[in-house]
Order: sequence, then structure tokens, then C-alpha cells
Amino acid sequence: MNAALASDSDSYGGGAAAGGRVLTPGLDVSHKTILYLQDISVSFDGFKALNNLSLDIDNGELRCIIGPNGAGKTTMMDVITGKTRPDSGSVFFGQTIDLTKFTEAEIAHAGIGRKFQKPTVFEQHSVFENLELAMKTDKRVRFSLTARLDSAQRDRIAETLALIQLAGEADRPAGLLSHGQKQWLEIGMLLMQEPRLLLLDEPVAGMTDEETERTGELCTTLAGKHSVIVVEHDMDFVAGIARKVTVLHEGSVLAEGSMAQVQNDPRVIEVYLGR
Amino acid sequence: MGPFATGITRLYGRKGWIALAVCAAILFVLFPLANLVAPKGSPLYISDYTVALIGKIMCYAIVAVAMDLIWGYTGILSLGHGLFFALGGYMMGMHLMRMIGRQGQYQSDLPDFMVFLNWKAYPWYWSFTEHFWYSALLVVLVPGALAFVFGFFAFRSRIKGVYFSIITQALTFAFMLLFFRNDTGFGGNNGFTDFKRILGYPIATSETRMALFTLTAAMLIVTLLFARYIVTSKLGRVLTAIRDAESRVMFSGYNPVHYKLFIWTVSAVICGIAGALYVPQVGIINPSEMSPANSIEIAIWVALGGRGSLVGAIIGAGLVNGAKSVLTVAFPEYWLFFLGLIFILVTLFLPRGVIGLLKFPRRRRA
Repeated sequence: MNAALASDSDSYGGGAAAGGRVLTPGLDVSHKTILYLQDISVSFDGFKALNNLSLDIDNGELRCIIGPNGAGKTTMMDVITGKTRPDSGSVFFGQTIDLTKFTEAEIAHAGIGRKFQKPTVFEQHSVFENLELAMKTDKRVRFSLTARLDSAQRDRIAETLALIQLAGEADRPAGLLSHGQKQWLEIGMLLMQEPRLLLLDEPVAGMTDEETERTGELCTTLAGKHSVIVVEHDMDFVAGIARKVTVLHEGSVLAEGSMAQVQNDPRVIEVYLGR
Repeated sequence: MGPFATGITRLYGRKGWIALAVCAAILFVLFPLANLVAPKGSPLYISDYTVALIGKIMCYAIVAVAMDLIWGYTGILSLGHGLFFALGGYMMGMHLMRMIGRQGQYQSDLPDFMVFLNWKAYPWYWSFTEHFWYSALLVVLVPGALAFVFGFFAFRSRIKGVYFSIITQALTFAFMLLFFRNDTGFGGNNGFTDFKRILGYPIATSETRMALFTLTAAMLIVTLLFARYIVTSKLGRVLTAIRDAESRVMFSGYNPVHYKLFIWTVSAVICGIAGALYVPQVGIINPSEMSPANSIEIAIWVALGGRGSLVGAIIGAGLVNGAKSVLTVAFPEYWLFFLGLIFILVTLFLPRGVIGLLKFPRRRRA
């Protein structure tokens, strides 16, 4: 199992990095862990958004993160994706890649995909073009100027279109999709990047029950091939897919374990229900 | 493009190419014949004045296309594009000043304004400008380098939206003040004028004017096709993506700074070339070309014609400047009121600009 994953890493790590700098080729997940957060602190004007947060994510794991508003869930994602620099602490992607040293684009290129809370797609572009733009390839200016899709790439886009059930909408501008479809398109765009780690910020917000269910199925299929972190408020959704849940509170980890363990933890009950 | 493309990338089609060919025929065949061959007074005759006017407007149209690339497609509103235009013009102007030779008022080797300032030699930055090709190189390099350096710092610092627009206004204003100074060495508030010859030909003859006219027309068409090539490429789709959702572009692994810097610099270089074509045709360049109002007017052309279609920018530049040349003669005091009125009416009733009328109805494939 371990060996298979390690050899698998080569196919992702290759490719040139965005922005001219080349990230360490290959992602080293030999210790089974894909993401390490160690003693991360972030404060905004004295408010500690993250307070000595430590968290490990295993390769191929599906992890759900819950917590009340202001617990630091979004800030944590900002730190992982390079949008916010931590005041202290370290963030490692695999054994070797120190994420605090890279830009958003380089981190995306290294294999971390992020879905925003509010679905963010290119509304004026067609669904097809959205996927085309997200596709893993050389993303430097001069390559974009002459880039043409080959048939293998078209097939990949078609596969993803089928997976996110938008094959019939390929030519429509993304702005005309329903809210749930936009969420799916954004997930599809992440998949086109062939990420090792997917960060999904509230993937089922605003979805119908049926869409929520399908999204849950998608998340569980993705786990294994990718590592997935889901931040979600919808407890039913989390209970449906979670194997391991982390509860954040005031910027640090309050509890971790299976959904049942977490739900029966007195500290968690206090945070959610106490006040 | 393949079978999948939205309105952003599917530009013009067959009708568009036919229209372009017709325009090219008019500019390259009809105009030279009507101006140079048709006898004066015949109904077919086109006067030198008209040729110069259309030539000037075509220079503006080139600037408008450059503006559409950066504003219409990339969403960066520059209110300093007049600066790059003027710099290109000044670089060409330097060469034309040197070509006056001893035919100036003071019959000196130096341009009149330098004699007037009691200068004895050319400042260092005038070196080699007597060579046409070196000056042509400066036309490209000076606006390009300024745009690159300015853009590098602005985009790296993630300056966006209205802040970026204001800084570009300040930039062109600062350069205007600099060029107004006599000791800057660019002729102060009079700028450069009284040109005599270009590449050995006298500059004011109908033949030279027509040559400059056709050159400008060729540049306009090349600019349009080059811009079309950019916006229909994947790079163009990244630019519009930056306009619509920059954070998603970043988290998709693109570095928006490089893309913005590329299109910003390309846009500035195009403006510089337009300025260099403009100066020999109108016969003067002075710092008023750098005034903030000039740059704002460029944005109005594009807004009026319609953003994000390239052709709209050309139509906008043509309509506004055509109206300007008619109305400033008929009602000189009221031109700015007309301009304001046109702008308000277009914003209210034609949010997609004049081109929005032509593209109607929008085709959508199921």
C-alpha cells in the first residue's frame, strides 16, 4: 500500500512549476502523512485566529473539520494555500515542501486544490473552458499563448464533465449554472489540477438534499486517490461521510476522532451547546 | 478554436473577415486614388485635410485596441495610456527634430529650443537619435520599459481597481509636469514641431502624408489581428479569467502578476507605436498629450464602442473623434458637454457599447 502510493507520487510531482520557480519534484509521502501543520499561530490586529494549531493529514485520507464560527477553519485553509502567512509554526506538504515559502500559484501547482466557500468559477467562460483553464499543464505566459488542446486533454475534460454531471452543459457560460452546479464545476476544476490534496470549504452550502447526497458520494470516491479535507457546517453531511473528524475551537484543535467519539466529547458539547 | 467556445473567444467569423477586407480595400486603394490621382474639385477627390484627419483617428483607434486589451479583457482600467502614446510620439519627435538640420530659425545644428536655452550640445539621451532605426527602437523600448517597471511594482504589490487607475493618472500627470520643464530637454511646453523631413522625404507633401496614412492603416489592421490572436488564445482566456475571478486563477496555479505584466507591457508598446505614427502626421507633440484628461478620453472611446470586442474600441475611437472634429468646429465651447452627454447616454442605454447593437441577438448553442 505504502509503496504503491510512493511510486504514484512521481506522476504528479513532475511538470514545471508556475511562476518560474521549480518546486521540489515529487511529493514525499513516505511517512504516510501528506500535510503537517505544526504550532501554527496567526493573529489579525491582536485577534488570534489560529492559536498553536497542530494537525496532520494522512495520504489518501478524508478528513472533516468542524467548529463554530470564528474557530479558524477558513484561516487554516488560507495558511495551507499560501494566502495568509503564519506568524509562527510550520506547514509541510509531504516531508519536504515547506508551504510557507511559496506563492498561491506555486502551491496550487504543487498539488493542493482549494474550493472556496462561495463558489468561484469563471462566469463568462463556458463550462468546458473553465475545466480547460484549470487543467494541469504548464501555466506560464508563453505556453498559454500557443497552447492547443490535444485529444488526450479533451478526453480528460470529457471525463471530468461526466463525473460532475455537467456534460450537457459544456458550452454554456458557467454564470448560467445553478448554485449547486457551480459548486460541482468548481470541484471539477480542482480535479483537473490533479491535486494530491483537496480543500473543500463548505462544499454543500446551498445544495438541495439530492445534490448534497451526490456530493457526499463524490467526496468518498475521491478519498484514496486524493487526500480530502472538508470543512462543513452541515452535521448530517459530515456524519454521512466522515471517518475522522477534527473539531476546531478558538484557533486550536479541541477534539479529534470518529464522529461518534467527537459527538460524545463533553468539551465539544459545551462549545456547541454550552453557551 | 475547437468546437467549444463562448462569445469571448469566437470573434467575428466570416462576416467579420469580409468587413475587414472591405475596410482594407478602402484604406489601401480608394484613399490613395482619391487623394493622389483624382483631380482637385472632382466629387471623388479626398482632401489632404481629410486624409490627415482619418490618419490621426486611426492612430487613436490603435490606442483604443491596446486599451481594450488591458481594460476590456483583463479588467485593469488604465487612466495613463496617453503617457505611453506621448512617449512613443516624443521618441519619433526627437528623430524628426534632428532631421530638421540647419533649416530651423537659428540655422544651428541644435533644435531651436536648445539654442534658445543657450545649450551648446545635445544632452546624452539625444545620442544616436539621428538614426531612424535607433529611434524606432526607442519608440518600442521606452514605453515598454516604463510600463514593465511600473507594472512590475504595481502588480506585485497587488494594487487593483480604482487604486491602480488613480496611480496611472498620477503617473501621466507627473510625466506631463516633467516634460513641461525646459531643462528636461524635450522642448518644454512647446514640445516638438516644425518638422521638415522623414527618411529624406519632405514631410508635408501629399505623397508622404499618404505613405504615413497607409502605414497607419496597416498598423491598425496588424494591431487588430495581433490582439485577436492574443484574446482568442488560451492566454486570452486566462486574462478574462483574471478579470472575472482572480483568486480562482491564482489557486488554479497561474501567476496573475506575469499575465498582467505581459498584457500591460504589450498594450503600452502598441500605444507607443501609435504615438510614433501620430506625430509625423499631425506635425506636433507637446506635453498636453500627457494630460490626465487625454487618458480618460481613451477610456471613454472604449466604453462607448463596447469593451471586450476589439472592433468596438475602433468604432468608439472613430465615433468620438469624428464627432469631435465636427462639433469642435461647429460649437467649439460645447464639445466637452457633448462628450459628457454621449458618455452618459451610452452608459444608460447601451451598457455593452455601440458594438452591443451589432452583436444582437446573441447566439447561444444548446
